Amino acid sequence: MTRVALKGLLGRKVRAVLTGLAVVLGVAMVSGSFVLTDTISKAFTSIFSSAYDHTDAVVSGKKLVDYSSSGNATVSQATLERIRRQPYVAAAAGAIADLSGDSTHAKLIGHDGKAIDHSGAPTFGFGIDTSQPRFNPLKLEAGRWAMAPDEVVIDPDTAKNEHFSVGDTIGVAAVGPVQRFRIVGIAKYGDVESLGGATFAVFTVPEARRLMHIDGYTTIAVAAAHGVSQDELAGRLQRLVPSGTVKTATEQAASDKKGVAGFLTFIRSFLLGFGGIALFVGAFVIFNTLSITVAQRTRELATLRTIGASRRQVLRSVILESAALGALASVIGLLAGFGLAKGLSSLFGALGLGLPQAAPVYATHTFVVSLLLGVVVTVLAGVVPAVRATRGAPIAAARGGLPQKVRSRRATIVGVVLLALAAFLLGYAVTGNRLGSGSSLLALALGALALITGTAGVASRLVSTLAWLFGAPARRWGGAAGRIASENAVRNPQRTASTAAALMIGIALVSFVAVLGKGVHDSMNNAISGQFPAQWIVTSKNGWSGYPVSAGAALAKAPGVARSTEIRGDRGLIGDTQVNVNGVDPSTVDGLYRFGWKRGTTAAALAELQSGGAILKETFAKKNHLTQLGQRFVLLGSSGKRVALHVAGFYESSRIAELLGGVIVAQREFDAAFPRAMDQFTLIDGTPTKAALQRSLAVFPDTKVQTHDEFVKNQTSFMNSILNLLYVLLALSVVVSLFGMINTLVLSVWERTREVGMLRAIGLSRRQTRRMIRQESVVTGLIGAGLGLPVGLVLAYAVTHALSRFGVAFELQATTLVKFLVIGVAAGVLAAVAPARRASRLNVLAALQYE
Amino acid sequence: MTALALPIDRDAADRADGVVVMAGGLVRRYGEGDTAVEALRGVSLGIEAGRMTAIMGPSGSGKSTLMHLLAGLDTPTEGKIVVDGVDITALNEKKLTKLRRDTIGFVFQFFNLLPMLTAEENVTLPLQIAGKKVDRTWLDELLATVGIAERRNHRPAELSGGQQQRVAVARALVTKPKVLFADEPTGNLDSSSSKEVLGLLRRAVDEWGQTIVMVTHDAGAAAMADRILFIADGRIVRDLEESTAAEVLAAMQEVSSR
Repeated sequence: MTRVALKGLLGRKVRAVLTGLAVVLGVAMVSGSFVLTDTISKAFTSIFSSAYDHTDAVVSGKKLVDYSSSGNATVSQATLERIRRQPYVAAAAGAIADLSGDSTHAKLIGHDGKAIDHSGAPTFGFGIDTSQPRFNPLKLEAGRWAMAPDEVVIDPDTAKNEHFSVGDTIGVAAVGPVQRFRIVGIAKYGDVESLGGATFAVFTVPEARRLMHIDGYTTIAVAAAHGVSQDELAGRLQRLVPSGTVKTATEQAASDKKGVAGFLTFIRSFLLGFGGIALFVGAFVIFNTLSITVAQRTRELATLRTIGASRRQVLRSVILESAALGALASVIGLLAGFGLAKGLSSLFGALGLGLPQAAPVYATHTFVVSLLLGVVVTVLAGVVPAVRATRGAPIAAARGGLPQKVRSRRATIVGVVLLALAAFLLGYAVTGNRLGSGSSLLALALGALALITGTAGVASRLVSTLAWLFGAPARRWGGAAGRIASENAVRNPQRTASTAAALMIGIALVSFVAVLGKGVHDSMNNAISGQFPAQWIVTSKNGWSGYPVSAGAALAKAPGVARSTEIRGDRGLIGDTQVNVNGVDPSTVDGLYRFGWKRGTTAAALAELQSGGAILKETFAKKNHLTQLGQRFVLLGSSGKRVALHVAGFYESSRIAELLGGVIVAQREFDAAFPRAMDQFTLIDGTPTKAALQRSLAVFPDTKVQTHDEFVKNQTSFMNSILNLLYVLLALSVVVSLFGMINTLVLSVWERTREVGMLRAIGLSRRQTRRMIRQESVVTGLIGAGLGLPVGLVLAYAVTHALSRFGVAFELQATTLVKFLVIGVAAGVLAAVAPARRASRLNVLAALQYE
Repeated sequence: MTALALPIDRDAADRADGVVVMAGGLVRRYGEGDTAVEALRGVSLGIEAGRMTAIMGPSGSGKSTLMHLLAGLDTPTEGKIVVDGVDITALNEKKLTKLRRDTIGFVFQFFNLLPMLTAEENVTLPLQIAGKKVDRTWLDELLATVGIAERRNHRPAELSGGQQQRVAVARALVTKPKVLFADEPTGNLDSSSSKEVLGLLRRAVDEWGQTIVMVTHDAGAAAMADRILFIADGRIVRDLEESTAAEVLAAMQEVSSR
C-alpha cells in the first residue's frame, strides 16, 4: 500500500506539483523569515560582542531614559585614571561610543552636500583611543587611525556607496554646523559585512568630545589583571565608581542587544504571520485538490477495497500520499526560503528599512519548524478528503462514471456556527475600551479567522447566486461557450466554493488593509494638519532626530520670515515615568502651534512657563497624578540634571500622530535639564521662499524645509510604505490561491475530457473552448472577490469603529470595490491560461474514447 | 498442472455438498415508498464449487445486482447469502474486508487496473494489501498461464485491452479465492480478446477447479459456462446446464419476449 501511495503521487506529477506549490510558498516564507532574522541577529550579536572582545568589564554613566538624543551621564577622565591605578586592573581605555543610545551621532555629508541618512539608520560618531588596540572593535581595511583633530576614519559602506576614499575630505555634522575632515582610513565593525544603512565616523577622543559636546567618556572598557574573574572585577569596580553603571562584558553585550532583540522578535513574528497566512490559504488549496482527486479516484480506491484493502489501509494510503507531498514541498520550500530571505532583505531596503547583513545563518530551528509546519499543514488538510476516500463503497468499482457530489450539510452548519462566533469575538474586540490589549487582539485575530473559515463553510450555499450574478456577462455576451461556462461554475458548488475561498482569504485581507490603511492615513493627515497653522516647518532630515539650536536663529533672520518659533525635544524622567519633553519659546509659540487647551487653561498659561511652569498633556497628567494647578514636580534630564517645575496648565492633542510630548516647558528650563539641547521643529510664518530658507541653513545640512502641506504628506507617507509592504506580503497568499484555481480547473477539465471532446466534435472551436474555460475561471475569481470583499469590509469596519476615538473613520470608495473586482477577473484569467490551452488542444477522437 | 498448484480446497467444497455460495429469498429494493424499485424480487440459488456459472439476462433484469449481492459488494433488502459457510449478510465492515481478501476474487468490465503500477505489481497487489508473501512459483505460473509473463513490467497504458483484462484475471486468481466473480469480463473487449479471456477463465475451472460466477449478456460467453441462469424482472426464470451458443440465444429470446 505504501508503494501504491507513492506511485500514485508519481503518476500524477502535474497535479502533485501544483498542489505542492501551494505549500512551497508558505514554507518558503517561514524558512525565509527565520534565515533573515537569524542572519540579522547574528550581525547584531557580532556588532555587540566584538565591541567587548578583549574587555572584561564596562563602566558607563547611569542611563536614565531610553532613546534620549542628548545622551546619558558620562564618566570622567579622573575616573579612568583611578581605575587604571587599581591592582586588579590590567588595562583600561575610555571611548566615546554609545551603540544603543542616540547620544553619539555624527552625520556624514555626501558629495551632494546632503546628510547621508538611510531613513533613520544610526549615524554613529566614535571617539576611540587607538593606542589601546585590544579594546578597539573596529578593524582597519585601508589607511590608518585618526591622529590629528581634522582626521576621520569612515565605514566601508559609505566609502563605497558615496565614493569616498582615503585622502578625500568629508563633511561631518554633529551638534554644531558642518565641519570638514580628511579621511585617513576606512574601517569595518567587527566581522559585520554591512551595518544596514548605519554609518560611522571615528575621530580622536578629544575631537569627538568637541564635536559632539561630550565631557569625559561614554564608556570605559576594563581588562582584568591575571587571575581576576569578570564578576569579581565588576564588583570591585562598582564599589570604586558607585555613581556609574558597571557591567561585565557579557552583561553589557546582552543589554546592548536587548532593544534590538525585541525589534527582531517583532520582525520575525510579523513575517511568520504572513507565512502562516500563506500556509492557511495553502491548506485550502490542498484540501480542495485532494477532495477532487479522491472523488476522481473513487473507482480506483473502490477496486483496492474489492481486492481486500481495509478502510484503514485506504485511509493510510491517502494520508501517506499527502504526507509525502507535504514533505517534498516543505524541502523545496525550505530551500526556496533561503533565496527568499535575500528578497525580503531587499524588500525592506527598498522601503527604507535597511537591515545589517552577515553571512546567512541556517539554524536548526529553521529546518525543524519549516519542515514540520509544511508536513503537518498538508496532512491536516488531507485528513477530511482521506476519510472521505474510505467512505466509498467497494461497489463503486463496478460502476462507471463519477459519483455526484452533494453539498455537505455539516460544512454549512459549522460555517454558520463559526460566523456567529466571529460576530461575538469581533464584537468583544471592538466594544469597550479594550482595543490594543492582549485579549482584544487575540479576539480580533480569532474573530477574523472564524469569519474567514465560517464564510468558506457557507460559501457553497452562496456560490449558485454569486455565479448567476457574475456569470451574467458571460451568459449574455459569451455565446454558447459563455453559457456552458456559467453552468460549469456551479456544477459542483462545493468545489467552486472552496476554490474561491482560497482566493477570498487573500482578497479579504488586502481589502481590510486597504480600507483600514486609508482610514488611518486620512485621520492622521487631519490630526497633523490641525496641530499647527504655521506655513513652514523645519525638521531634521529624518523628521524626528534633533538638529543644532543655532539653526533656529539663522532661520529667524532669513528674508521673508515674519514669525518663527523653535521647539526643542528630548526624553526625560518624572518620577519613574519616561516622557517626551518639549522646550518652547513662550513669546512666539502661540499662533504657530495650536494648543488644544483643557480644563480652562488658556494661552495666558504660556506666560507662566517663563517662571518655571509646565504645560502637561491631559492624559499624561492624569496618569501621573499631576492634576492640580501649581502642583510641584521635578524633571530629570537624561544626563541626570534636575529642574524644579510646577503645573501651569493642560493641553490635549490628537491621540494619533501628536507632534508634542507630555511635558512642555520654556526653553530656559529645557536647556538646563538637557545640556546638549537640540531643536525638533522650527515653525515659520511669513512669505519666505523655500530657497531663501534653505540658504540660511547652508551650514546645517541635516535639516529639511517643508511647507505645511508637504510636511503633513511626508509624515503620513510612511503609512504608504507600510501598506505597500503589507500588499507585497499578502500577494503571496493570493498567488497561492491562484495555484489552487489552476489546479481545480486542470482537474475539472480532465474530469470532463469526454465532454470537451463531444463539444469539439459538434463544432466548438479551440478558441471557444479556451473562452469557455476562461469564463468559468473568471466566474470563480469573481466569486472569490465577491466573498472576500465583504469579509474584508466587515473586519475593517470593526477595527475602524474601535479606533473611532482616534478620529479614524470607515470610508468606502467605489474605486476600492472596482479594484477588487478587477483583481478577481485578473486572477480568473491568469489561472485559466494553462488549463484552457490544454483543453483546446485535446485530441477530439481520443477524448471521446477516454475512459 | 501439479496438485500443488490446486487453488481449491476440494475437501471443504465437498463437505458443503459442493455448494460454495448459497442464497435464499433475495430481495433488493432501491428507494422508498411510491418511487421504490425492486431490482430483485425473491431469488434463491446455489453455486456449485469447481464450475463456471453464467448469469444472463436483458438490461435491467437485475443480473448485476444479483452478482453484487453474492459478492458482498451490496447488501440485500431481504434474504440471506452464505459464502463458504459464512452468512455474509450479517458481516460487519471488517469481516467483509477479510472475506474479500481471502475468499473472493473480482474481474470487472473496465479492468480497473491501477495505472501507475506495472502488470506484475497489479497482480500481486492483493497479496501486498493483505500483507502476505508472494509465492514466486505460483506467480510465475499464473503470469505464464494468462500470457503476460513477457509484459509483466509494462504499465496498463502499454497493454492492449485483452492483455489488461488478463492481468485483471491474474489479479483475481493470485489469492486462490474460493469463488471468482466476473462482471461482464468481455463487455469491453473485441471478439478475439474476448475469446482469450474466456478461454483463460475456462482453463482456471478445468485445470485448477476454480469456481467462477460470470455476469454476461454475450451468448458466446455464456456458452463457455457449465450452467446458465437466466434472470428477468428480478427473478430467475431459466436454469440451463451446459449449452451451445445457439441454445443460449434461443433461451435468451424466449426470456426477453416474455
